[in-house]
Amino acid sequence: MDTGKGTIKILSIETSCDETAAAVTVNGREVLSNIIYSQIALHKDYGGVVPEIASRKHIEKINQVVDAALSESGYGLDDMDAIAVTYGPGLVGALLVGVSAAKAIAFAKDIPLIGVHHIEGHISANYIENKDLEPPFVCLVASGGHSHLVAVKDYGEYEVLGRTRDDAAGEAFDKVARAIGLGYPGGPKIDKAAKEGNPDAIDFPRAKVEGSEYDFSFSGLKSAVLNYLNQCEMKGMDVNVNDVAASFQKAVVDVLTDHSINAVNAYGLKKFAIAGGVASNSALRESLKKRCEKENIEFFCPSPVYCTDNAAMIGTAGYYEFIKGERSGYDLNAVPALKLGER
Amino acid sequence: MKIIALDSSGLVASVAIVEDDNLIAEYNVQYKKTHSQTILPMLDELKKMVELDLGTVDAVAISKGPGSFTGLRIGSATVKGLAQALDIPVIEVGTLEGLACNLYGSSSLICPLMDARRGQVYTGLYGFEKNDTGFKLVTHLSERAVSIEEIIDEAVIKGRETGQDVIFLGDGVPVFKNVIKEKMSGPYSFAPAHMNRQRAAAFAHLAMDYYKEGKAVSCFDHAPEYLRLSQAERERNEGKRNKGSAY
Repeated sequence: MDTGKGTIKILSIETSCDETAAAVTVNGREVLSNIIYSQIALHKDYGGVVPEIASRKHIEKINQVVDAALSESGYGLDDMDAIAVTYGPGLVGALLVGVSAAKAIAFAKDIPLIGVHHIEGHISANYIENKDLEPPFVCLVASGGHSHLVAVKDYGEYEVLGRTRDDAAGEAFDKVARAIGLGYPGGPKIDKAAKEGNPDAIDFPRAKVEGSEYDFSFSGLKSAVLNYLNQCEMKGMDVNVNDVAASFQKAVVDVLTDHSINAVNAYGLKKFAIAGGVASNSALRESLKKRCEKENIEFFCPSPVYCTDNAAMIGTAGYYEFIKGERSGYDLNAVPALKLGER
Repeated sequence: MKIIALDSSGLVASVAIVEDDNLIAEYNVQYKKTHSQTILPMLDELKKMVELDLGTVDAVAISKGPGSFTGLRIGSATVKGLAQALDIPVIEVGTLEGLACNLYGSSSLICPLMDARRGQVYTGLYGFEKNDTGFKLVTHLSERAVSIEEIIDEAVIKGRETGQDVIFLGDGVPVFKNVIKEKMSGPYSFAPAHMNRQRAAAFAHLAMDYYKEGKAVSCFDHAPEYLRLSQAERERNEGKRNKGSAY
């Protein structure tokens, strides 16, 4: 697999939701460039991501982010050993833009193409800044679209231990943020408001899913917040937005922390990592870090730029697929409900 | 000059390699597979079959719309990737003009129809005029999304005015055939199978002219022309309008 230069350079593309992103990585762990065009401002007025608007923006920006990623890396397309692209899960129309462009570039340059699982990308983001981290470990993936507890057994080998039964963690943040008037995107706004509030002010429920100790459920918590807001209104009480944000966030963080630590201990893997947009949440990071210290578990978390959707993580995951010999054909399609560990 | 042309705007996937007025290869598929699964494997097969050196290609032509939003984007993203990697320009050709070009030299009124859903068709009215070198496509009614009844009325009026018959074509024909038969007055016909769907070679033909006219664009500037806003934007605009009228 040696290219003669001793390194494998991968151009990676990610368009599964509302970020148009491209990156150049070397040997999976060194990031030469990581360009992200965020569409958040476009979707703000709609209170969430509008798939058709996202897809249209991806088409307009795809060449620009690829061009910027290459020029920042100092290399050209001819220097690339492979193209990696997210092909699922995600919004089908959005995914198709990245997949179609990546396939065409791979075809035009006659270089290998590797379809990458989006969640595998998020998990792999941990490899970028933790050069010594290797599987096995347990990883909590929490974002606007996903909440998974995963045992990473080896590169590209996963066992899903738990997942959300209803809303993803990030989705709950978005919905509650809307309900208390903080707007979109909910994650960072609640994080900020919570810093000014009392996390013990309101006792919101910590939901357990019957019969599966690592699964999550956030819809009950969301309803509890809505009920609380209704009651306040009926009683003519003022709502302390910061207290609601802090108490809601505490409830989410407690559940994510407990389930994660239980899974790490049950599986006897003393290594634990977090990934996904919600992994940027300061309270979650703090809570997990403390618990891991207490329980003598090695804790890994990517910088916020690698928690959000980005292409560098796709390059990292793609690298490990590449050295295993995985290749995708020109008939690679977007798979909106792709499961982890499937190809 | 050598052009690769692609169309994935409707039900058909079509790829062509054209050098000047010589069609080297064309591949048309109307099958249940998605364009994402067909269009690039088709191009790959043609490339191998005719031993195409991609370095000799001068431009990529694309059916820019209107059409299925997703279909248009698969084609667009593909040509944008090709154009960027090969460092060549993109030539955008209107889907309806490309369809009309299947009937090169026809003395009839040409009415392409694509099912636009929501009770509408993407359509226009075209014809050919003789010039020094042959025939030139002329637009009588530019591309639009309207009801089938509306375009039938337009075709009847124009036909009466010029004495021309009307030829309908496109993947909207099977959807609206009964309405056309019921409402259409004056002479008309439906184009046969070898010319009634998008064909990349026809897009390449128009693209050659556009290229000579300096109308090629860079990959960075190309995006599909949808003719319609997204549903979310439409509803938002309508909401604003309704709110506005209430005051």
